[in-house]
Amino acid sequence: MRRRGPIFLAQLVFTLFVCAFLVVPVILSMLAGLTVNYFVGIQSGLTLRWVGEVWSGYRDTIFLSIGIALACLACTLVLGVPTAYVLARRQNALARALEELLVMPVAVPGLATALALIVTYGAVGGFRTSWVFILVGHVLFTLPFMVRSVLAVLMAIDLKSLEEGAASLGASFRQRFFHIVLPNCRSGILAGALMVVTLSMGEFNMTWLLHTPFNKTLPVGLADAYASLRLEIASAYTLVFFLVIIPLLVALQVLSQPPRTKSRAKQE
Amino acid sequence: MTAISEGAKSISIALQRCAKTFKDGTRALEPLDLAIDAGETVVFLGPSGCGKTTTLRIIAGLEAPDTGGKVLFDGADVTSLSIEKRNVGMVFQSYALFPNMGVTGNIGYGLKVRRRPRAEIAARVSEMLAMMRIEPLADRSIDQLSGGQRQRVALARALAVQPSALLMDEPLTALDAKLRDSLRLEIDQLLRRLGITTIYVTHDQAEAMALGDRIVVMEHGRVAQVGRPREIYQRPATRFVAEFIGNMNRLNGSVREGAFLTGAGCIPWPDAPADATEVFFRPEDVTLAETASHINGSIVGAFFLGDRTRLFVHVGEARPLVMETSTRRNFQRGEAVSLNIDPRGLMAL
Repeated sequence: MRRRGPIFLAQLVFTLFVCAFLVVPVILSMLAGLTVNYFVGIQSGLTLRWVGEVWSGYRDTIFLSIGIALACLACTLVLGVPTAYVLARRQNALARALEELLVMPVAVPGLATALALIVTYGAVGGFRTSWVFILVGHVLFTLPFMVRSVLAVLMAIDLKSLEEGAASLGASFRQRFFHIVLPNCRSGILAGALMVVTLSMGEFNMTWLLHTPFNKTLPVGLADAYASLRLEIASAYTLVFFLVIIPLLVALQVLSQPPRTKSRAKQE
Repeated sequence: MTAISEGAKSISIALQRCAKTFKDGTRALEPLDLAIDAGETVVFLGPSGCGKTTTLRIIAGLEAPDTGGKVLFDGADVTSLSIEKRNVGMVFQSYALFPNMGVTGNIGYGLKVRRRPRAEIAARVSEMLAMMRIEPLADRSIDQLSGGQRQRVALARALAVQPSALLMDEPLTALDAKLRDSLRLEIDQLLRRLGITTIYVTHDQAEAMALGDRIVVMEHGRVAQVGRPREIYQRPATRFVAEFIGNMNRLNGSVREGAFLTGAGCIPWPDAPADATEVFFRPEDVTLAETASHINGSIVGAFFLGDRTRLFVHVGEARPLVMETSTRRNFQRGEAVSLNIDPRGLMAL
């Protein structure tokens, strides 16, 4: 191995510094949720009392968030994958314009989108107060991430030839879509799913306007806790958020590993 | 192994007034009439953009001909039938193998779609693997295959469903020269053995000459000539065909008393048309002369090719004359040479 010069050391120190800059607040925040009294400090002892209080008080927000994230994922899969397929197959100006238009809800501030939804559908009582209202906002916001990531994969493979090959072998459109298109954009679908679930779980901007007191999502509950409760409870809430989101992300990441690399590793 | 020779019945294919105009108004194919016999191998040959691939895609059902054009399979009109109902086998330049399935999955896909019993699929797949001599690759995934192996799998996949015609779109173009030669021979033997109606698209004239029972030479969306390889080579119908297939020499001059007069000499030409101002002939009709010769020139280039030497001879025209010789002589640039030209090879186009 080559000897590492002073430049390498400088880079290492800088990288570690940046990491610490980002990670230390997270750790402190989580620790705060576990200390008996934050103002006294860690010497006051560690406790799970605050986590327990969050669990009893905000359990519903956690389940609602997970529910919305999964429903959002289902919607973006059903809407986004076919959309990406159509965009990939039609390489004309209209398709490009549509692709740009889809990204609008990401570019427009979430508050503006939420306001537009409220202005338009606010009067529809049952809809306004149901969790589906939040879901609609989340789908609008996350759909482009699904479409883009699937589209990127579809553009990288020779989709047209693959489909023509399958058609020449007698496969109907349906068979081609399920046997050829979907399996070959698997990595894009999983990457998109990862984005959609994370974004939906963490979405605050839009949800803050769309929610009602009876359906708060986790981030809205978090804001609530920060604003009105003891710092320890708010921090414990952050801790709970991490406990929910990290296993979810790890699971999705593992899923998105292409199975091929595994089998190849076995052979070598 | 009997199933291979049985196969599906080969069909005749006919194109009637098939033209293709793309949405942007460009005419890819002028109205084309062509009849292909059952079991025949027809090669569409031409430079890129000549309409050969469009014609293949019309036969396959991937493109529809302009209104009025018809595609007939064994006399039955299939123009409105989509590709999945035409029972044609296709081989693509890019192979188009499904990366999500392995070798076995790819070869068996057409039968799976046809809902054949699993045992039958397995039997047919191993039969195809044996035919293409790729049994050891059965369990590989597609990205573990070389280009030549991929094309073998693609051929096996196309033939596994016993198609009534085999359509190949530049199948060897992506391979290196040596592999191309050996696969070409193998494809030739395979097609003869199967007796399947085959349409083969290529821009490589050597490939066309080797594989085609007949060659359809195309230029700018039009058929320039249809004929057996020997006819096309020896009696090209147009200047384009003459110069696209093989090497062709051209000299300017005029006809006088059964001979063609050029600046470099006089070539005997008994059956010359009186008004010819140009004469065409192949490099192999030119020989080095020791004494009395037709024309004289000087060597501007000599490429030693091992078994022969290719000479470029300046004879007073912009383009040097090309010829080949297998003598062991060493040629120098600027050396004066005398040449004879076989009158049987002379053409006016």
